[in-house]
Amino acid sequence: MSEEVYYWQALNRALDAELAADESVIVLGEDVGLYGGSYRVTEGLYAKYGEWRLRDTPISEGSFTGLGVGAALVGLRPVVEIMTINFALLALDAIINMAAKIPFMSGGQFPMPLVVRMPGGVARQLAAQHSQRLEQTLMNVPGLRIAVPATPQDAYWQSRQAINSHEPIVLLEHELLYFSKGPLDESLPAIPMHRARICRQGTDLTIVTYSRMRDLSLQAAEKLADEGIAAEVIDLRSLRPIDWNTCMASLEKTHRLLVVEEDSGFAGAGAEVVAGLSERCFMMLDDAPRRVAGRELPIAYNASVEAASIPRIADVVQAARQLCAS
Amino acid sequence: MESDTLRQMLRDMLLARAFEERAAQEYTQGNIAGFLHLYPGEEAVGVGVLHAAEPADYIVSTYREHVHALVRGVPTRVVMAELFGRKTGCSGGLGGSMHLFDRERRFMGGYAIVGETFPIATGIGYAIAMRGLPEAVICFFGDGAVNQGTFHESLNMAALWKLPVLFVCENNHYQIGTEVHRHSAVAEIYKRACGYRIPARRVNGMDVLAVHRATEEALTQIRAGNGPQFIECETYRFRGHSMADPGSYRPKVELQAYEKQEDPLKIAIAETLVAYPSAEQTAAVGNDNVATLSNHLGSDGQLSAEQLTAMRAEIGEEIEDAVRFASDSPEPTLDDAQAALDCNRHSEVLI
Repeated sequence: MSEEVYYWQALNRALDAELAADESVIVLGEDVGLYGGSYRVTEGLYAKYGEWRLRDTPISEGSFTGLGVGAALVGLRPVVEIMTINFALLALDAIINMAAKIPFMSGGQFPMPLVVRMPGGVARQLAAQHSQRLEQTLMNVPGLRIAVPATPQDAYWQSRQAINSHEPIVLLEHELLYFSKGPLDESLPAIPMHRARICRQGTDLTIVTYSRMRDLSLQAAEKLADEGIAAEVIDLRSLRPIDWNTCMASLEKTHRLLVVEEDSGFAGAGAEVVAGLSERCFMMLDDAPRRVAGRELPIAYNASVEAASIPRIADVVQAARQLCAS
Repeated sequence: MESDTLRQMLRDMLLARAFEERAAQEYTQGNIAGFLHLYPGEEAVGVGVLHAAEPADYIVSTYREHVHALVRGVPTRVVMAELFGRKTGCSGGLGGSMHLFDRERRFMGGYAIVGETFPIATGIGYAIAMRGLPEAVICFFGDGAVNQGTFHESLNMAALWKLPVLFVCENNHYQIGTEVHRHSAVAEIYKRACGYRIPARRVNGMDVLAVHRATEEALTQIRAGNGPQFIECETYRFRGHSMADPGSYRPKVELQAYEKQEDPLKIAIAETLVAYPSAEQTAAVGNDNVATLSNHLGSDGQLSAEQLTAMRAEIGEEIEDAVRFASDSPEPTLDDAQAALDCNRHSEVLI
């Protein structure tokens, strides 16, 4: 049965379900316990499961993420919450050098059922050190999987799937999505964790996007429809691996590719999407692929500079218009 | 102490020295490549600590870990094969010298980023404590590692939640080429544990019995639920940091002094051989060793000089066999590498 819930509530329910189903699931992070999570994601769970399952950690990102790695080696299923992706820079050794590599460099001996959850995006006027996007850094690490849920339903499904997987997975959430609402049906069977989803059908161009840019792209598609341009919008839902087949099937129909990403474009997720699709189906394309991405700037505190630094609806509309006019 | 244990410790020390010297030879002949960090001089630490551990305990180690793996019971052949990069190695030839793993023996890996052993050990300790098991984790690290953030972060968490972790500092006085007084504001490493209310002590890391005793005492405390313990073992490496390092930053006289007077193998042999010490020998060793010497010489069933020779010969054969096994073993393929990366995929469908 479907109901409207906040994105954070969907995550909360997923964690609750997994904590109840398997006592080896634990949650680690700053203020995940007594406080209930900076974005309310773990609200109520500390009272229900106790301090060993919901562990409030000191501000030690490198070591509590590494602690999760060590615990995963011996069969716990840690869900590490890093308050924001900006702080994950301090935990990259644990994520990249340990979690992603131990199963490999041990010759395939060890499980790594580790989930690292964190919001990673531009919120509102949090300034340069709290508005970072690091998906490109993590995408380049063999051994890691990255899911980017954009809706409550996907947040619910993908976090449950991540906790159940034996592989290390990063869940990239978004500060501005936590308090967005959408339908959630807990009884719906989940689609595979890394499959992309067509969230609007169209025939004139394919917009490939992920995370919060999904909503922006859908709004742009509405405006384009008013101008007679039918945009197909694909929410990748995952950045490693990428569901190339869904993208290619769409391009076979539209022949035009526009990638929309919040992160700055240089060597970013969009670059990988464009390169990967150019290699796979260059001959299907009527024109060069285009990207709408964030500016090559750290994020400013000033609201108007901040807003102009990341894609806006008008930017997507304009890029789509140009692409279809060529 | 049981004389069997004593003899086994001596055998492990002799094996450790011989294995490492052979590894150095194989490196110069091109059979082993990459970084190779050897253990001669530090044998009393690994042997003393690991002989005090139980099979159910977990070991987390650094990149200077061949001997830790050997003493833990990883077969000599399998360790040598890993150094040779062969499929029969304990990490399938994919890890190499710095990344020895053996899940069955709870040898949880050699980690080559300084300071990584702290959070890994703390995480394993967290799982043990949460499950209420009578197990412990032994976390090895060098003197240089105490300057990493993970040292402080992990010791804090281990103490805060009373985790069953034994922190063992192998203080060989040098973080690669920088001597301890030049890298640590507090050169007595064990004192740095005080900031986290972790009981800590310094032992002579050249004396295997002292190390063994300290480890037993610490593990008893840990198993009683008293939280983490910390042992600093003062030791010395006779070689450079790795095969790429001649170690020329160390005064020759310092190295010679350690080799002549502090060689842990010589000390262990002296403690094990059936012979009464001469007056000069008694005077030459410290107070501590006089006591241990007399204790052990008084008990039955120690080793004779002939038995020692036989033991050395047997170790020589074991190492020959290991090198032969490694040379004859196949190399891993790209498919093996891919399979190792995907070892946890099972039946999961991603897309």
